[in-house]
Amino acid sequence: MNRRFLLSLGILTTVGLSLLPFFWFLLSSFKSQAEVEAVPPTWWPSGSLGFYRSALFDHRLFDYVGNSIVVAGSTTVLALLIAIPAAYALARLAVPGKQGILAVLLCVSMFPQMAIAGPVWRLLDAIGGLNHRWGLVLPYVALTLPLAIWILASFFKELPPELEDAARVDGCGPWTTLLRITLPLAAPGIFTAAILVLIYAWNEFFFALLILTQPEQQTLPVGIALFQGEFTMPWGELAAASVVATLPLILVVLLCQRWIVSGLSAGAVKG
Amino acid sequence: MTGSSRLTRHRDGPAAWMMVAPALFVTLVFALYPVLDSLWLSLHHIFVGVPTLGRPFIGLDNYLALLLDPAAHQALFVTFAFVVLSTLLELACGLVIALVIHEHFRGRGLVRAAILIPWAIPTVVASQLWRYIFNDQYGFANLLLFGDRITQYVPWLAYPTVAFGIIVLADVWKTSSFAALLMLAGLQVIPDDLYDAAKVDGANLWQRFRHITLPLLKPAMLLALLFRTMDAFRVFDLVFVMTQGGPGDATQVLQFYGYQTLFTEGRLGYGSAVSVTVFLMILSLSLVYLRAIGSSLLERGRA
Repeated sequence: MNRRFLLSLGILTTVGLSLLPFFWFLLSSFKSQAEVEAVPPTWWPSGSLGFYRSALFDHRLFDYVGNSIVVAGSTTVLALLIAIPAAYALARLAVPGKQGILAVLLCVSMFPQMAIAGPVWRLLDAIGGLNHRWGLVLPYVALTLPLAIWILASFFKELPPELEDAARVDGCGPWTTLLRITLPLAAPGIFTAAILVLIYAWNEFFFALLILTQPEQQTLPVGIALFQGEFTMPWGELAAASVVATLPLILVVLLCQRWIVSGLSAGAVKG
Repeated sequence: MTGSSRLTRHRDGPAAWMMVAPALFVTLVFALYPVLDSLWLSLHHIFVGVPTLGRPFIGLDNYLALLLDPAAHQALFVTFAFVVLSTLLELACGLVIALVIHEHFRGRGLVRAAILIPWAIPTVVASQLWRYIFNDQYGFANLLLFGDRITQYVPWLAYPTVAFGIIVLADVWKTSSFAALLMLAGLQVIPDDLYDAAKVDGANLWQRFRHITLPLLKPAMLLALLFRTMDAFRVFDLVFVMTQGGPGDATQVLQFYGYQTLFTEGRLGYGSAVSVTVFLMILSLSLVYLRAIGSSLLERGRA
């Protein structure tokens, strides 16, 4: 009884505290201008879509969403294309210096962005990547590779090796084995890595702020961070834009909770 | 070992290298080279946009200046305070969340998803959200505490200590679920019979937690501590959006200080010294942790 009471209390508190703050943004996004500016604040909105309209049309939300889709989408595809073979080789094949490579990747995942920001900026300046969306994709790929490789490698390692060995005995090379045998089996792991890379690229702010400086190129986080009104802070539009930026992620989490949980923990504790 | 013969493995050589090469190339060009470049730049006197000054090599002068820079001391102090407070709170909250979502109950999947939502929300959105909640007039915090007694409304983010506390709060809200997931993985590998045996011996809920869960969860907790410390050291978005380092310099963290010296003031040499220092601190911290975890991470990387 004691235990059941504790559990219910724990569920209610954690879920409540997790959801309540964002709920306030959600409520505000459906208010009218007068309701947002009311002092004391009002609880319930009268249900206006005005803020969504003006966020979309007056505050470049269309541009931000489009840029974020392009950047996050390309990052995910490119990072997976590079990470899958690397993770397979590190998990299954004889790669000289394997431990060293894994250790270096782990170190890279701990880099503070500041430590590489200046040189990355200069590098992109030199190759003409500043103010281009592809210029943002390159560092994103580099920074998400460690996570993707660690997760994928740990998934690959958990697959039974017999099928692969059979394929090898039948004369398949490593590439054929990876493509025909391992990839289909590892689909959930690949899906997990893709989700985590996608969330990273969708949410990243620091490099996006440095590399894309024109308003029409900026991604959602930069757009939301630099949200400005002429005289006062447009909280209603900001709330609407934030809901738009967050909705895809909430959907992803609701639908893929199982994979995210296993992916984050597999990448770490189960190693 | 995968069971392939030594001969097959030897033949894999070129293919294996081809598979790893692109990843190594990207990492080398966009992560390792930049760190070394930062190190090199930090030994020079460079101002962006003032090419007439040249870029004289000045050895460790930037680091000496950093040692004597009161703004850097403040940033270091704020960063340390932030790291300690937020990671400890995240570990505590994460443990509670992990214990809750480890239990079996109806709708557990939905509860897990709900708890993950703050983690998935872009940090920038979370920052604006908390800034709005603690707004001096339209804020939820004022509404909740004072209702319609408007005269008592508080401009929370205008007070140095409170602003710092709010940054910590926002970080704890956003990332406790991540710490929880790491600890959940740790809970899942504790065998059930340990608890059953303890129950037979008459241990109560607290005793079982104290003598079974906590000690066996230690590796996972250390890992969560490691990841959260690294991340807390790198805090930037929260400060950029919510306070810009203020009021005064109460929330001036190292990353924000480095960003300002590098990109706002264009002191490329000095800013690089700041970022290299942050990098070295994180690196040494992670070495300490990895030692404590017993390098189990890398050992498990062995196929």
